[in-house]
Amino acid sequence: MPEITLIEGIRQAMDEELARDERVFIVGEDVGRRGGVFRATQGLYEKYGPERVIDSPLAELSIVGVGIGAALYGMRPICEIQFADFIHPAFNQIVNEAAKMCYRSNGEWTAPMVIRAPYGGGIGGGLYHSQSVEAFFAHVPGLKVVVPSNPYDAKGLLKAAVRDPNPVLYLEPKKGYRLIRGAVPEDEEVLVPIGKARVSREGRDLSLFAYGMMHHYSLQAAQQVAAEGIEVEVVDLRTLNPLDRETVLGSVRKTGKALIVYEDNLTGGYGAEIAALLAEQAFTDLDAPVRRLAGPDVPAVPYSRPLQDWFMPNAEKIAAAIRELDAY
Amino acid sequence: MTTKVIMPRLGESVVEGTVTKWLKREGEQVEEFEPLLEINTDKVDTEVPSPAAGTLLKVYVGEGQTVQAGTLLAVIGEPGEEIPEAPEVAGATMPVSAPAAVEATPVSSVAPSPPRPGRQADLGFISPVVARIAAEHKVDLTQVRGTGRGGRITKKDMLAYLESRPAGPAPAAPAWEQPGSGELFRPSEEVFGGARPPASQPEAEARALPGTVQPLDVVRRSIAEHMVRSKRISPHVSTIMEADMSRVMAHRRNHKEDFAHEGINLTYTPYFVAAAAEALRAVPMANSSWSDEGIVLHGAVNVGVAVSLGERGLIVPVIKEADQMSLRGLARAVQDLSTRARSGQLSPAEVQGGTFTITNHGVGGSLFATPIINQPQCAILGVGKIQKRVVVIESSEGDGGTQDLIAIRPMVYLTLTFDHRILDGAVADQFLGLVVMRLESWA
Repeated sequence: MPEITLIEGIRQAMDEELARDERVFIVGEDVGRRGGVFRATQGLYEKYGPERVIDSPLAELSIVGVGIGAALYGMRPICEIQFADFIHPAFNQIVNEAAKMCYRSNGEWTAPMVIRAPYGGGIGGGLYHSQSVEAFFAHVPGLKVVVPSNPYDAKGLLKAAVRDPNPVLYLEPKKGYRLIRGAVPEDEEVLVPIGKARVSREGRDLSLFAYGMMHHYSLQAAQQVAAEGIEVEVVDLRTLNPLDRETVLGSVRKTGKALIVYEDNLTGGYGAEIAALLAEQAFTDLDAPVRRLAGPDVPAVPYSRPLQDWFMPNAEKIAAAIRELDAY
Repeated sequence: MTTKVIMPRLGESVVEGTVTKWLKREGEQVEEFEPLLEINTDKVDTEVPSPAAGTLLKVYVGEGQTVQAGTLLAVIGEPGEEIPEAPEVAGATMPVSAPAAVEATPVSSVAPSPPRPGRQADLGFISPVVARIAAEHKVDLTQVRGTGRGGRITKKDMLAYLESRPAGPAPAAPAWEQPGSGELFRPSEEVFGGARPPASQPEAEARALPGTVQPLDVVRRSIAEHMVRSKRISPHVSTIMEADMSRVMAHRRNHKEDFAHEGINLTYTPYFVAAAAEALRAVPMANSSWSDEGIVLHGAVNVGVAVSLGERGLIVPVIKEADQMSLRGLARAVQDLSTRARSGQLSPAEVQGGTFTITNHGVGGSLFATPIINQPQCAILGVGKIQKRVVVIESSEGDGGTQDLIAIRPMVYLTLTFDHRILDGAVADQFLGLVVMRLESWA
């Protein structure tokens, strides 16, 4: 089984879906001739032509709006937002139109579309190229939100998202694009169901919940502390909405302790939802306070390298939080 | 208006009590001052009269449950009146006049007092999962060794305990001692303030051995505390003498019947009390207590007599001003106090105020023993078994000389265990010598 990068998993997923279903098309800034600023669509313009890999104007509102219209016409658009930081102009289209389509038409109409958006910091991107936007969107019923953490899930989740009858926001941990590698089978179809978390490492001492790049660091931290005798159960959430509550609760019922790691600002971040769920439904299973490790509450990921390092959770910070919680 | 029935504080050191029996059921009418319930402290059993007339609306503390003084036991009022929802566990420092049994307070005028840490505080923070496991498996948390931060009992400690503990659930803790709503929602500084010291090594080792855990009742716990405390404060020294009991036995033989006519069973104990009381009068230093300001010489000679309650432990009723009493008076007092001690009918006052204690370990066949001082007293007299022994005595000859003779005499060993801070050997021996002399010269 060949090892590929996370972004290659994304590229393969789009390639396969474009080939499988002619209703599938890609629209976004520089996705065509240039192959995307991160090269996620490299070679697809050449392979499928300008009508299926469409370069859009610099207008996120219209990228999503066009996607919604096409979806209502029976197409399967994949809209690329170049950086999640720029998704906000499309907020109205995503939240007010795409997410509500099925509900407001009583199921007669749906908007089967994928909105891809690279997110997250740690890449020296500063204020406008480092944001995490999942909390805004995971709040919205009718919109599925998925975040892969490895090439296999990246491929399988994107293919599942393309086939989903409703809108899916597909957030890509861009720092991991080429950093995270993994084996993905070539000769079989890779599909990862939306709404299912994965226990990526079993352990008895505490449960660690993470997604995207933070899941990658969490595995590293778990490895570090395993040498000290602390067995961390790592859960890759993969889908933020709908959340796989069963897996989350099941893990904490086993370990009694929960650490949630996310790089978004702490307050109102997605981890708060996990913490609330545990407080409500696993209270009598808790042996320690639920702990969140997240980015600090400052307006943006700083550009300065030392300040960026201060902002971003990493394996060392996670390991320290694990040790503290384990000792409680 | 409702009236609260509060666990009274029945003595200086008595901070908790056990409800042994409710004499009224919920919904029953009760008159003011009518006996409402019976309680038991580490010293005595007593009846609590109702503080008001009305209907017993709610009982919060069931029979057999032990709570701190000041705890709400029940509420009396008119049917339909609003009653407090949960028991209010108040700290031992709550001012409740002793021995007045009940503090009657209209509910409406009581300012809400912050909940105080109960016993659970000694265990450190109890997490929700530990609380649940404890409730489900009826675990007495005081038996679980905590390995978490500050000695906190963790989930793993609970699981390890469940795995290691012998089959059969421990007795269920009373509801308010289970870490339920009340304890968990205390202010966090209280919760985290009382970190639990790690259990001592021998305790932990003992618990690791197979067997069952006999739960501690109030009396056992109280005895244990007193014994450890006494050994810690006072440097104990024991001195032993023997006394020839021939004259006492003769006296008893001659007066037993007379006493019996008065309903008094004449035992040896009053003789020892009388001898000790006289010696205490003669040697005031033996009738004293240590204090940092100086040695407190007690004005009265109040002699406590240890009464065994079998498996239920030991109690020491006090004969007040024993030096002022005749043998008849002492015999009557000994009989009365020991009888009521065994039936649990002593009042708190009757077990307090002792200045000296006599323990008759000889009843079990013990020849001599080294008892532990009953704090804050200076000394304790241990009386062994009276045994016929061969002794050498001196007989007076007609010419004024003496002759050694071998005789069979009823002998008893007397141990005086004393606080060496107060008494030195010479004074202790002087005291014990006086006791022996009094017994041997009884007339």
